[in-house]
Parts: sequence; structure tokens; C-alpha cells
Amino acid sequence: MIRVLNWIDERFPVRKFWNEHLAEYYAPKNFNFWYYFGSLAILVFVLQIATGIFLTMHYKPSSEHAFASVEYIMRDVPWGWLLRYMHAVGASAFFVVIYLHMFRGLLYGSHRAPRELVWLLGCIIYVLLMAESFMGYLLPWGNLSYWGAQVIISLFTAIPWVGDALAEWLRGDFVVSDATLNRFFAFHVALIPLVLTGLVIIHILALHAVGSNNPDGIEIKKHKNEEGIPKDGIPFHPYYTVKDLFGAAVFLILFLGVVFFAPELFGLFLERANFEPANLLQTPSDIVPLWYFTPFYSILRAVTYPLFGIDAKFWGVICMGASIALLFFLPWLDRSPVKSIRYRGWMYKTALTLFVISFVILGYLGLKHPQDTDLILFSNLVWAQIFSFVYFGFFVLMPWYTKWDKNKPEPDRVTFK
Amino acid sequence: MDDRIDNKRRRFLTNVTAAAWAVGGTVAAFPFIRSMTPSERAKAAGAPVVIDISRLEPGQMVKEEWRGKPVWVIRRTDEMLQKLAGLGENLADPDSERSDQPVYAKNVHRSRQPEVLVLIGVCTHLGCSPTTNFAIGPASGLGDDWPGGFFCPCHGSKFDLSGRVYKNLPAPTNLVVPPYRFLNATLILVGEDDGGTA
Repeated sequence: MIRVLNWIDERFPVRKFWNEHLAEYYAPKNFNFWYYFGSLAILVFVLQIATGIFLTMHYKPSSEHAFASVEYIMRDVPWGWLLRYMHAVGASAFFVVIYLHMFRGLLYGSHRAPRELVWLLGCIIYVLLMAESFMGYLLPWGNLSYWGAQVIISLFTAIPWVGDALAEWLRGDFVVSDATLNRFFAFHVALIPLVLTGLVIIHILALHAVGSNNPDGIEIKKHKNEEGIPKDGIPFHPYYTVKDLFGAAVFLILFLGVVFFAPELFGLFLERANFEPANLLQTPSDIVPLWYFTPFYSILRAVTYPLFGIDAKFWGVICMGASIALLFFLPWLDRSPVKSIRYRGWMYKTALTLFVISFVILGYLGLKHPQDTDLILFSNLVWAQIFSFVYFGFFVLMPWYTKWDKNKPEPDRVTFK
Repeated sequence: MDDRIDNKRRRFLTNVTAAAWAVGGTVAAFPFIRSMTPSERAKAAGAPVVIDISRLEPGQMVKEEWRGKPVWVIRRTDEMLQKLAGLGENLADPDSERSDQPVYAKNVHRSRQPEVLVLIGVCTHLGCSPTTNFAIGPASGLGDDWPGGFFCPCHGSKFDLSGRVYKNLPAPTNLVVPPYRFLNATLILVGEDDGGTA
């Protein structure tokens, strides 16, 4: 065994790679619960690729056969139901994990210098993940698949002058059709997973170049021993590999619980209108995007007034785009001298709390009809408008409230809380 | 032989090679990008359709498919038509100035014959197909003063019984009227009018 390893090592440095990223990658010793979600995201990614490959063995990407082939997978393919439910629930699980992973960043300042590039790569991965899930959602060719794709592609028509031509180019037809389904299949199974794989690797390499942040938001590289190893660092393997494998087991119990007992999660993970085939003449009456898009969908719907002589439609699309684009600027909007929420003052704590509340409420409102009243006092539309302001306020006012905030002194070495 | 590196020469050759490849790459991208535009088959699939309205009662609607889009034909009652004129100030584009329709439909009833309305049933906001809501007042669920019309379930845009959009809603323009003509009293050809095929 050793001889084989030596032979390989002389030709390709596997040991060096193993040591750099696992056995001698020193991560802070005070990681807590929030640090499970990075490795869980990789686990879900691998699960999606594995189940996805086996689904393509039975799925047919054509408007004539797609819906029936998904039903065939569900009823006739041995264990097909499991593959399909794992893949569908996996998409939602991916976003649960990614949202918690991103929230961890906001809690402990993982987006701050020197990790801006790690954050930016993560943002690109998030946007691509949205594209991946959106295109995958068209493939079953259910009625909600069809109209969802119709709406999202129509967003591009809001772009002045080139919008209509661009939407036509994306669809490959004048309406969402067989051509659209075929290309979405190509993007969903080949292009985007390929790019995502590359980006995930670069995301991790970029992280390992600067080293992991930790719940105290201080740099462990400031205190090294004689051998140049951070005093507060422990080797990723075996310490965190074992911790993450434990976390993965707990995650799988919860994940499979949903897969086995509530794979549709009451219409939240698989929507009811998608159990009937695409109908070109009839939009489902309860058309909503999947839950992980609804905060942005709420922002899109919240803009109902034209401005500067340009339609509300255009501004709605701009606001929705901006609500995602602002994430990219976070490392530079945040002017606080400390990174972790543990040492920040009341202003950032309040702002982050309001941001999370607005994100959740916008997400809830996105599942409801805008003219109804599901909360108190005002219609859903008015609440969506109010919370859109809160959402944008978190980003736009950040340079000021992070500067004025009364922070606590950071410790010199990491702490356990 | 002179061992010194001629940096100027190196830089020149690097730049020229990069520029040549940039041009070649751009040219090579063209067929790939163009392959994603609608195919000849998709372009040819736009033949006009005939809709029979002989059994369409006043106050009712039929749906047909034309170019993959829903086309609606509604036979409006006199009562419905009378309400159209008074809606002007609630509408975003009451005179259809900014909206898409053939010239013969640029009027208050937006049609050739006042009672027969032909529309493309696709919301001008983001392409959902609105639902009909011909009930009047509280029964519609759209407010006490709702005079009947269409409601888009996706983003809440409302249209009157001429397909004209109400103010301050996401849809920017009125529902599109396709080109059409009457073959006789009860047959409508959608997709073609006196000006030729659309």
C-alpha cells in the first residue's frame, strides 16, 4: 500500500493535497453548530448529482413524453419513487442548508476581509443554484412547471429594446415549448452542474488559502507556535471530518424522514398544481414559485407604481435583481471593526434580526395572493412593500449603522460559548 | 546566437496571438448562439386558426390555441359594453395608445364588432393566463365596484371586459388583440386579417 502511494506521490502529489486540505489544514477549534452547513451543502450536492444521474436513465426530455416519464419513474421503475423524491426534496434541502450557511456568514462576519472572494464565489454559486433549480423544475412538465418557466423567462422582456429577442432566444420558440424543455434539460444536467462543481472547488480552495473564520470572528493565524501552526487551530482531519460525519448522519435522518413521510411537504416542496400536465390554455389559479424563491417573488410583486415614466414591471424586475445583487456587495457595505455578532453592538443585532424577519415574512407573503389579508391590518401587498423596505434597508444603511455601532472588545484568543 | 530575450517582440507576438484568438473565438461563438434561436419548424408553426362562435352565448367565452398561446373569444352583452365607456379614469391606458392591437381594435370595445372580443389571453406583465371574473360587485371577490373582467392570478393585475388594464398594477399595457377577420357571421380567422398573415 505504502509503495503504491509512494509511486503515485512521485508522479502526482496526493499526500501533499491530502495534508494541505485535510490532515494539516488547521481550522479554529471553536466551531459550533452553524459550521455544519458547509459540509452538509457538499453532501446534498453529491446526493443531487447521484440521484439526478439515475433519474436521467428513465426521464425523457420532450414535451410529449416528459410528464408520463416522470409518472413512469414514480410507478414502474424499481425504487424510482425514492430517486425522484430524494431529488425533489434534495432541491429544497439544498436551499435550507445554503440559507443557514449564508446566515452563519452574516452572524460571524465570514464575508469580511480577507474572505471577500470566498463570499463572492459563494454568491455566484447561490445564483447558479437558483438557475439550476428553476430549470430542473420545468422538466416534469407539470402545469406549474410550464407557467413558472413562462413567468421567469418573461422577466427578461422587461429589459428595454432587447428584452423580447432575449426571451425568444432563451426559449428557442415564441412560447415555452419542447425546444425550451430540451435546452433546460441540457443546462440542468450538464452545463450548470459542471460549472457548479468547478466553483465549489474554487470556493473551498479560496477558503483554505485564507483559513476558516470562527464564531469569535478573530484570526487564529495571529498566534502560531514554533512550528508555525495556529495555537487555536486543530487539524480538519480527524477532528472536523468526524464532527461533520456526525452532523451528516443527523441531517440524513431528518432528510429521509421528509423523503419517506412527507415528500411533498404539504405542497411546499412539490406543489399540487404540478401533478397535472402542462396546459397551455390555463394558468393554475394558485401559481407560486417554490418556497426558496418567494422572498424575491414578493419583492417583484411589491412594485406596483411606475417611476420616471417607466413601467412598474421594469422596476419590479430591477428591485428583484437588486435584492440578490446586493448580497455581492456585503463585504464592502459592512464597515464594522469587529466581525462576529458576539462583539457587535445593538444596531447590527437589531438590523440582522429585522432582516431575517423581513426575509421570512416576504417568503410567506410570496406564497399568498397579494390582494388578500393573511397578516393583520393591511393586505399582503402592503406588508410586502413594507418589508421590502426593511430588506433593502439592511443593505443600504449598513455602512452607517455598522460604523456608529457600539462594539465590545474582541478577545485575543478564541473562546468557547 | 544572441541569448537575450527581445521583450518587445515577445509582447507583440503574445498580443497578436491573443487578438487573433479573440476574433476567432467570437466568430466561433456565433453558430452556437444562433442555434438557440427559434428553429425553422418553430417559425412555420404559426398558421392561423379558425374559431367557430355559432354556439357562443352572450356573456360566455371560448378558448383556443394559436401559436401556443391561448386566444379568447368573448361575446359581450349590451350591459357589459355599456360599462366600458365609464371606466376611463381607473385604467392605465384607456385609449390603447401604448398597447398592442390592430388599428380596427383601437377603440373602446377593442374589437371589429362591438360585442365580439378577440384577445390573446396572456398577461402583459409576465405571461400568465388571466382568469375570467365576469361576476359584478362583491360576488367577484375583487371589490364592491368590480364591473366584471379578467384577473391575473400570478401578480394580481386586473383587466376590464375590453382587456384594458387597471392603473397601478404590475401589467404595463392592455391585453394584446391578435390580427383576425370574420370569415362569415360565426367563423373567425385568428392570425390573419386584411393586411395579410401576422
